[in-house]
Amino acid sequence: MNALNTNPATPWGTIREQFPILDQQVHGQPLIYFDNAATSQKPRAVIETLRHYYECDNSNVHRGMHELSARATVAFEAARARLARYLGAASEEEIIFTKGTTEAINLVANTWGPANLKAGDVILLTEMEHHSNLVPWQLLARRTGAKLRFVPINDDHELALEKLESLLTPEVKLFSFVHISNSLGTINPAAELCRRARERGIVTLVDAAQSAGHAPLNVAEIGCDFLALSGHKMCGPTGIGLLYGRSEILADLPPWEGGGEMILSVRYKESTWKPAPHRFEAGTPNIAGAIALGAAAEYLDQIGREAIFAHDRHLAGYAYEKMAAIPGIRLLGPPAGSTARSGVISFVLRDAHAHDVVTLADQRGLALRGGHHCTQPLMRKLGLASSARASFYFYNTEAEIDRMVEILSEIERFFR
Amino acid sequence: MNFDELYQELILDHSRRPRNNGEIEGEGIIHVHGDNPSCGDEINLHVRFGPEKVEEIRFTGHGCAISQASASMMTLKLKGKKHDEAAHLLRLFHDRVAPEASSSSEDDPGPMELGDLNVLGGVRKFPQRVKCAMLAWRAFEQALQEREAGTEGASPESQRRVSTEEAD
Repeated sequence: MNALNTNPATPWGTIREQFPILDQQVHGQPLIYFDNAATSQKPRAVIETLRHYYECDNSNVHRGMHELSARATVAFEAARARLARYLGAASEEEIIFTKGTTEAINLVANTWGPANLKAGDVILLTEMEHHSNLVPWQLLARRTGAKLRFVPINDDHELALEKLESLLTPEVKLFSFVHISNSLGTINPAAELCRRARERGIVTLVDAAQSAGHAPLNVAEIGCDFLALSGHKMCGPTGIGLLYGRSEILADLPPWEGGGEMILSVRYKESTWKPAPHRFEAGTPNIAGAIALGAAAEYLDQIGREAIFAHDRHLAGYAYEKMAAIPGIRLLGPPAGSTARSGVISFVLRDAHAHDVVTLADQRGLALRGGHHCTQPLMRKLGLASSARASFYFYNTEAEIDRMVEILSEIERFFR
Repeated sequence: MNFDELYQELILDHSRRPRNNGEIEGEGIIHVHGDNPSCGDEINLHVRFGPEKVEEIRFTGHGCAISQASASMMTLKLKGKKHDEAAHLLRLFHDRVAPEASSSSEDDPGPMELGDLNVLGGVRKFPQRVKCAMLAWRAFEQALQEREAGTEGASPESQRRVSTEEAD
């Protein structure tokens, strides 16, 4: 795709005004928010949805017999249907609300995992996984005797796909991988990876935390069995996310947490469960969060995810070229112009540690992230203790990138 | 803000050319590994305590300018100090950099005894960076405790760990 293929008809300037938080000064300078991979900002439409819910409709769902409960239940289930549509799921029953990506992955590791894995089986991951798509599998491996195996990355910081064939052995029962790496910005070919796993009967899980709000995402086209995402990285509130599970696979899964909401009938010594998705939603859910996440999905689709994706990549391409001219900088991730580059750019300055860079950038109103980005094994492999990261979203501008490059140049000169 | 309000020239100098950087050969050395799990900064502190004084103190590791400069300046300050003096300096330094412990105004030059280390007082205004300045000192605190517990030399290869926070 042409990186400049951003729709000129999209009113990006007006869209930026829909994010009240962006209009402020930090340390006396206009805020430049480039920490979108950590969490996105929220448009007025989402904030209004939360306010309206609490001011007008707040009630518990699914069991109340009164008007407010009916309204809350309708809105909650409508959000589930909206998100099913957002992901191209076959039915809203394939959408399980969770706290976020981490809980969604843990749900699979704690239900599908013990029911399907035995000692000697292999869980295939990649070397670029976030801790949230690594540690749950380590725990599961310890519990079941299964082993972990990793698809390596190459010098371009992309997956070494030529090695995949030899890794997909009969012992592999699950392939769980990140769609867009939060620390390298690499976009992995999710549909191809799922197709090759599926040909061997391997169950697939896609960690879509970084892609859900940034790129077109359709589970039917990707062909995955599970997909996990976090609402707060796609204009929604914190504390809400979801697990998509193909209906055939959810039908056989045992429950994870027990409690109210998830049961059909309870006796003192045994109970029966509801079908998915409610079987996996014990206790009062994050009702307001789910409804607001539905509003976020609606908001993003109104702008258009193709347009958002193109805009992200345009900004990243623009930034990459300008940042590359800073003396002593090392840019991580796929090379310039690669179709595997997203709107995330991690970098290292030769003479300045990432934390010093982030502290000084903050003094200029520029919000970056520094550290290992919850990918410690990857950083170790790259021989880095930490890196700084700029991650863009559709409300960011070229002018902000120009200012970032000025600030980084000032920091580089200071530490040289 | 000018960058040198936090990163004074002395800090940059110590972070670029850390003093007492290396290990200590021999027996009876206390080794402490310190890290900040959320940012990846690491320090290995090596201390040889004499009967009364800190005889030798060196460090290895990597991290931001603040953590490296603090470690470098700490070793210069503590070498040759009596044990109780070193413990006293540890408390003084903590109070100098920790916002909750500090009641002094911004231009307070800090206690004379800390000398050059007072330049790190700027981190008071950067709560997320206090752990960087304290990393080496937390490791030294652990070394002091081990000396008092009489564990030095018992197992020269054993390394104690200290973290300034929980991993995220």
